Amino acid sequence: MRRIMVGVKRVVDYNVRVRVKPDNTGVITEGVKMSINPFDEIALEEALRIKEKGLADEVVAVSIGPADTQQQLRTALAMGADRAILVQTDANLPPLSVAKVFHGIAQAEQPFLVLLGKQAIDEDNGQTAQMLAALLDRPQAVSCSKVEVTDGKATVTREVDAGLETLEIDLPAVLSVDLRLNEPRYVKLPDIMKAKKKPLDTKNLGDYGVTEGSPFKTVKVEPPPARSKGIMVKDVAELVGVLKQKGLV
Amino acid sequence: MSSKILVVAEHDGAKLNASTLKAVACAAKVPGASIDVAVLAADASAVAQQAAAVTGVAKVVVVENPANQEPLAAVYAPQVAKLATAGGYTHVFGPSTTFGKDVMPRVAALLGVSQVSDVMAVEGSHVFKRPVYAGNAILTVEVPADAPVVATVRVASFEAAPLGGSAPIEKTSVDVALPGHTRFVSRSGATTGRPDLQAASRVVSGGRALGSADNFKLIYALADKIGAAVGASRAAVDAGYVPNDLQVGQTGKIIAPELYFAIGISGAIQHMTGIKDARTIVAINKDAEAPIFESADIGLVGDLFQIVPELEKALG
Ligand SMILES: Cc1cc2nc3c(=O)[nH]c(=O)nc-3n(C[C@H](O)[C@H](O)[C@H](O)COP(=O)(O)OP(=O)(O)OC[C@H]3O[C@@H](n4cnc5c(N)ncnc54)[C@H](O)[C@@H]3O)c2cc1C
Ligand SMILES: Nc1ncnc2c1ncn2[C@@H]1O[C@H](COP(=O)(O)O)[C@@H](O)[C@H]1O
Repeated sequence: MRRIMVGVKRVVDYNVRVRVKPDNTGVITEGVKMSINPFDEIALEEALRIKEKGLADEVVAVSIGPADTQQQLRTALAMGADRAILVQTDANLPPLSVAKVFHGIAQAEQPFLVLLGKQAIDEDNGQTAQMLAALLDRPQAVSCSKVEVTDGKATVTREVDAGLETLEIDLPAVLSVDLRLNEPRYVKLPDIMKAKKKPLDTKNLGDYGVTEGSPFKTVKVEPPPARSKGIMVKDVAELVGVLKQKGLV
Repeated sequence: MSSKILVVAEHDGAKLNASTLKAVACAAKVPGASIDVAVLAADASAVAQQAAAVTGVAKVVVVENPANQEPLAAVYAPQVAKLATAGGYTHVFGPSTTFGKDVMPRVAALLGVSQVSDVMAVEGSHVFKRPVYAGNAILTVEVPADAPVVATVRVASFEAAPLGGSAPIEKTSVDVALPGHTRFVSRSGATTGRPDLQAASRVVSGGRALGSADNFKLIYALADKIGAAVGASRAAVDAGYVPNDLQVGQTGKIIAPELYFAIGISGAIQHMTGIKDARTIVAINKDAEAPIFESADIGLVGDLFQIVPELEKALG
């Protein structure tokens, strides 16, 4: 079975303006819209396209999160994933623990490709793919904007500060995807009905020998310093005047 | 307590990237820090010299190997991890550029720790501030003192460490198996002759409103007039008006210029994350209700196709 494993993280929707809790222990997530991490939708879309080209047989969506993460996994199944695995925990795991759980899943599932997001937009860590690749001792390609799978190999284009970089990697490999890789499909109503019948397995952290704790301690979470209120100018002449006065041009 | 910090140098084989100087500056904020810079390269002679000249650097550790010709994370990481353990380093820092973001988490995993991503302030040897939720919250995190600290440094938060030092250069070899499973094919990047977006003190950015690659000439002309780098919103990059390396924002470049022009850009949070540290933000937008005006220092409501040429002329 040629299998692709895709990470699907439940995160605060990217349109939500996140607010810090008054007691500075975290951000307010109660009553806030939750969605699939946007990068993970792109990862899933890519996996589905690879399967539709006949280059893979099965797409497995995996997530670590609270029971409600089933919603996001059902969406992933409706998009076209064949089955899903939820490693259920209310804990917020550090990236290395996430990578260890994924390592355990990868050892059981033996995917030839693992597709993750370049970053989860909650904590913006951007670590999991690289760490999983290290634990598996396999190639990594971070921020992919193009992926071509051929026999036992992949040619990937990555977005880097200087422009674009192309690598050739042996499979299995772990990729993290960037925004311009593809545009994810919309889920259609019949697919949502069908997705209800697809398998969704629930596991525990203990199944992968990972515990809930984090060696990292949150000291506090604060709102960013506010910018001071700006001014409006009425035309170009006034704009240039202000810029000159401030010594900026 | 003293800290022994290894900073992983970013370079292109000939030139030390300015991001390395920012990472050194961040390391210098760690109490009692002694800072070494690791240069991995096929031929490190030029870059090692430049690293040795950075003030605050105690030693430059050079690993020369033909396999280090390109900065492949799978090849670099085991060497850096080995240097870190063999050298008894308490901290390993890299810049939070696409180079550091690629290599450092792999180093962290090999050292058995999670990474602290995008350090924006050092509060103690094991306490750091970093942005989360696209910069809508700032997290202060304390990491254990009994394990190595692996971190990437948010380059926009630090002034480059000055030059003027003369640290010794020490060549070494690391005894670790390097994989052949990852092969470099090519890199394409526009050398535009314009200032580098990440280092420029002035940046002119255009958004979706420009409407075409051809219209983006307006932005280039204004930028050239004031010696600025050119940036763009994601929408402008997605639409193909400009290449991806010009994207500013949460998933593009995080910059801190003195002067930033946001032209025909609405001001989505993901874009604003990239310019939080800009000193003065000028917004030009035809919609007086555009969110960009909430964060702009100077706002001008109007049609960019009229304003930008006028502005370019007025600045002449
Ligand atoms: C996970 C994720 C990551 C993202 N990362 C980034 C990122 O790194 N960087 C980024 O920029 N975006 C990012 N985005 C996208 C972001 O949410 C916005 O969609 C994007 O920034 C919008 O670009 P824009 O402002 O150019 O376009 P729009 O939002 O369409 O704004 C165009 C603006 O131009 C104005 N306008 C139109 N015509 C004229 C005219 N003639 N004269 C003057 N003004 C005019 C309009 O009033 C409008 O305000 C990300 C999104 C997601 C989901
Ligand atoms: N709890 C999780 N559940 C599912 N996927 C995850 C989880 N955490 C991280 N990932 C995957 O790893 C990517 C990078 O996450 P991070 O390293 O946390 O920024 C995400 O885009 C996901 O694909």
